Amino acid sequence: MTALPLILTVFVACAVEAVEALTIVLAAGLTREWRSTFQGMAVALAVLAAIVAVLGPMITLLPLTALRLVVGALLAVFGLQWLRKAILRATGYKSLHDEASAYRREVAAAKAAGASSRGRVRDWYAFTLSFKGVLLEGLEVVFIVITFGASQHNVGAAVIGAAAAVLVVAGTGIAVRAPLARVPENAMKFAVGVMLTSFGIFWGAEGAGVSWPGQDAALLGLVPAVALAALGYTVLLRRPRPARPAAVPASRQVTSS
Amino acid sequence: MRRLKSIGAFWYDFVVGDDWRVAAAVVAALVLTAVLVHAAGVNAWWLLPVAVFAALGWSLRRAIRS
Repeated sequence: MTALPLILTVFVACAVEAVEALTIVLAAGLTREWRSTFQGMAVALAVLAAIVAVLGPMITLLPLTALRLVVGALLAVFGLQWLRKAILRATGYKSLHDEASAYRREVAAAKAAGASSRGRVRDWYAFTLSFKGVLLEGLEVVFIVITFGASQHNVGAAVIGAAAAVLVVAGTGIAVRAPLARVPENAMKFAVGVMLTSFGIFWGAEGAGVSWPGQDAALLGLVPAVALAALGYTVLLRRPRPARPAAVPASRQVTSS
Repeated sequence: MRRLKSIGAFWYDFVVGDDWRVAAAVVAALVLTAVLVHAAGVNAWWLLPVAVFAALGWSLRRAIRS
């Protein structure tokens, strides 16, 4: 199996999370202070890199069968979470993630917060806002990098996909100095959900002792099958939407982020 | 103790998410697959995909009805 599906999946997953982290970093930097914002971001990235550096090699020491069983189960569960949310958003039962309104909320909170400094950090609020935003959004990427990379014994390729996504999103964010509201986040989450679920099924079943018909080529059937099932559910469950997605009545929306 | 609980709650939400039944269905399907392969000698490659599609549909139906 080539590293291309691995790199592409990690790239798209990381790009979605990086867009959400960028919204928080921009709100902290433009409203409060850039130096503390960058300090928070740098510390969070260092923590994420340390997690990958420690857990990546450790997890590859596991026997391949056990690794694929555990990683497959985790990826299938994780991928189904992404797919479920993407389908509920696409069908109108959950409001679409709106970077512009998320940005306005963060800016309002940042303006209202008081100023305080700690040690070398001049603005503690900007530091913690940036740190938490990057760390929490980055944890999902780290999870995907480690599980996906370890199962293919290629954590390095997964890291390349993640780093490329961070560079592309950060570069675009610096260029436009605004949240990337036009990125089709839900479609990207749908695609990542399909890939994670498919690979989770493949590796999980292999770990349980199954021999797939056609070996690795079975993925060429599995990925489209998962995509078709998810699209089928989307079509079946879609309901007529009001003119604006935000107008979905709160009582009919499914809770959670 | 409270910090431990909040860390546990964070990881539960992070991995399992909104519907624990989906995670339970995946684990149950994997266990059944392993039993079929190792105890009954059946190469049950089809079981996990079917279980995953069913669990997703069931979870979506519950989410929409709730």
